[in-house]
Amino acid sequence: MTAADDRLLGVRDLRKYFPIWKRGVFARHVTGQVRAVDGVSFDIARGEVLGLVGESGCGKTTTGRVILRADTPTGGEIHFTHSELGEIDLAQLDREQLRPVWQNIQLIFQDPYSSLNPRMTLEQIVSEPLRNYNVLEGSALRDRVAELLLLVGLRPEVMSRYPHAFSGGQRQRIGIARALALNPQLLICDEPVSALDVSIQAQILNLLKDLQQEFELTYLFISHDLSVVRHLCDRVAVMYVGKIVEICDTDDLFNDTRHPYTEALLSSAPTPDPRVRRRHVQLQGEVPDPANPPSGCYFHPRCIHARERCQTETPLLRETRPGHWSACHFAEELELNVAASASDGTT
Amino acid sequence: MGDTLLEVRDLHVSFYLTEGIVRAVSGVNLTLQAGRTLGVVGESGCGKSVTARAILNMVQRPGRIDQGEILWYGDPDYPVDIAQLDSRGPDIRNLRWGEIAMIFQEPMTSLSPVHSIGNQMIEAIRLHHNATDAEATQQSVELLNRVGLSQPERLLGAYRHELSGGMRQRVMIAMALTCSPRLLIADEPTTALDVTTQSQILDLMRDLQDEFGMAILFITHDLGVIAEMADDVAVMYLGKEVEIADVDTIFHQAAHPYTQALLRSIPRHDVVTERLESIVGNVPDPYNIPSGCAFHPRCHHYLPEECADPELVEVRPGQWALCARTPEFLPASGERTNA
Repeated sequence: MTAADDRLLGVRDLRKYFPIWKRGVFARHVTGQVRAVDGVSFDIARGEVLGLVGESGCGKTTTGRVILRADTPTGGEIHFTHSELGEIDLAQLDREQLRPVWQNIQLIFQDPYSSLNPRMTLEQIVSEPLRNYNVLEGSALRDRVAELLLLVGLRPEVMSRYPHAFSGGQRQRIGIARALALNPQLLICDEPVSALDVSIQAQILNLLKDLQQEFELTYLFISHDLSVVRHLCDRVAVMYVGKIVEICDTDDLFNDTRHPYTEALLSSAPTPDPRVRRRHVQLQGEVPDPANPPSGCYFHPRCIHARERCQTETPLLRETRPGHWSACHFAEELELNVAASASDGTT
Repeated sequence: MGDTLLEVRDLHVSFYLTEGIVRAVSGVNLTLQAGRTLGVVGESGCGKSVTARAILNMVQRPGRIDQGEILWYGDPDYPVDIAQLDSRGPDIRNLRWGEIAMIFQEPMTSLSPVHSIGNQMIEAIRLHHNATDAEATQQSVELLNRVGLSQPERLLGAYRHELSGGMRQRVMIAMALTCSPRLLIADEPTTALDVTTQSQILDLMRDLQDEFGMAILFITHDLGVIAEMADDVAVMYLGKEVEIADVDTIFHQAAHPYTQALLRSIPRHDVVTERLESIVGNVPDPYNIPSGCAFHPRCHHYLPEECADPELVEVRPGQWALCARTPEFLPASGERTNA
């Protein structure tokens, strides 16, 4: 997928199943499993922004949480190239061993209201990771907090105030400052702008882009919003019911997708231009239950291109051309042209 | 152009809280034509939802309609001023749901958790029509079928928690249609839904509008959805409309600096942008709305001597903007402001 030497993160066949419990007469027993993440593999190179898109319930947030090891994976490997420890498999580590790893992987949350402790001042919030790892103390710690606040566009004088004094966009900046405090190698951004107002989204997206370029940061950018992904990401992975169905360069995805689900997703996204009221590829039905997915290709009951083979044979993610991976039996032959249908201007 | 169905004139709604007075809506004028869709777009706190609630005279306390007229042309010759009706009286109750139906952002909270879907639909039908249970059931089945729900008979016995988000919104739309309303108010109806479900619901609403000929007041913060759905657009900022025009003009010849900035600041999936032009600053605190033009602290075109008291001016035929300086920097006709 990418050259092994500049790979920062390599995920292989990652799985996370959640058991469904049922209370019996004497004890609880497992009646099934929700396959939230079901065999996900991808690489992220150093300095790259990989987007992870999909609808709610597709497993994108769980993937992020498992990579961070906030959840324990059911199976698979998470190879992370640590700045000091070299390449390690995060899936094998216990809590004690994970401590130095968490110094290098940080998370930016979706909701800037619930992710900041209301009883801590900005200084306490932003300095918490630094104190936690005993990186700095005293006036050096304070200076670092001031520096971080400046970096995200807040005045250092506000560091003695509490989060309630700040708006959503400002809070998200505080969350970003906290995530950057330890100079992490990998930032997992879980829908960082979804909860923000339209005029504030652009500020935060620009900030994330500037920081990424200035410090050559690596992002795993989780989002349901295709326009945000197109703006920020170098490559995109599309998830559907726990599996990656397509992964390729961002421009490639938007101009020449090789998967019918991506085609439907792209054509569903509303375009902010009334002259481009286009024909939607209308999906029938709803996203299947990950505890009880359909046979064969999970997308076949909703796919307008589905054929007999799709009902029985599960397609594997394969490289249909250099750098472009798709999990569709007919990736090469299907005519999926979103760009063409977008420009014909019909309702 | 159809006939005028609803006219809102100089509407003011305030919330009287212990912390102060929030002027949620201050001087909104809207005109809705029969059979057309008016999109109201704005960020959180701009007063778009409060305006919608005021139209049904159901602003919740401590909120109150301070002044203004909401004229409902149910009978074109005898308009009713909804703002003057008793908010619990029989007249407004006939209008609500009977003539004006509303669907909300979160269908989970609009449906009762302890009554089956069938119970709720049949109750609504029987409240407004002289129908027997059997007739109401029959009508419910037809409506559920019409909004694209399979096995409607089984659905009647289901409860809201058994349905997915998209199904709940379809049920809400079916309920809204029970009395063939002439106006449907949709307050962020697809914001809580995934994009593929959103596009299904939007298509459904367009089809139903063609079939039933109702007007739609479509409230959203999403400019993409507005572009797809609206015929006319009102852009709101801090309780005022800053620009009103038809949808093509708004997206291609916007006159107000806020509309222009908003269009430039959104990322697009169909166009590659290197850097977004963000709007500086934050949406101000609603207790403390800036004096003069409320947008002035964030505006590139602000001049202290000119922007003290902007008025809504017609900058082109059918296009109104609340800006003192608009005529000076109006883009030439046909120029794209969001390119």
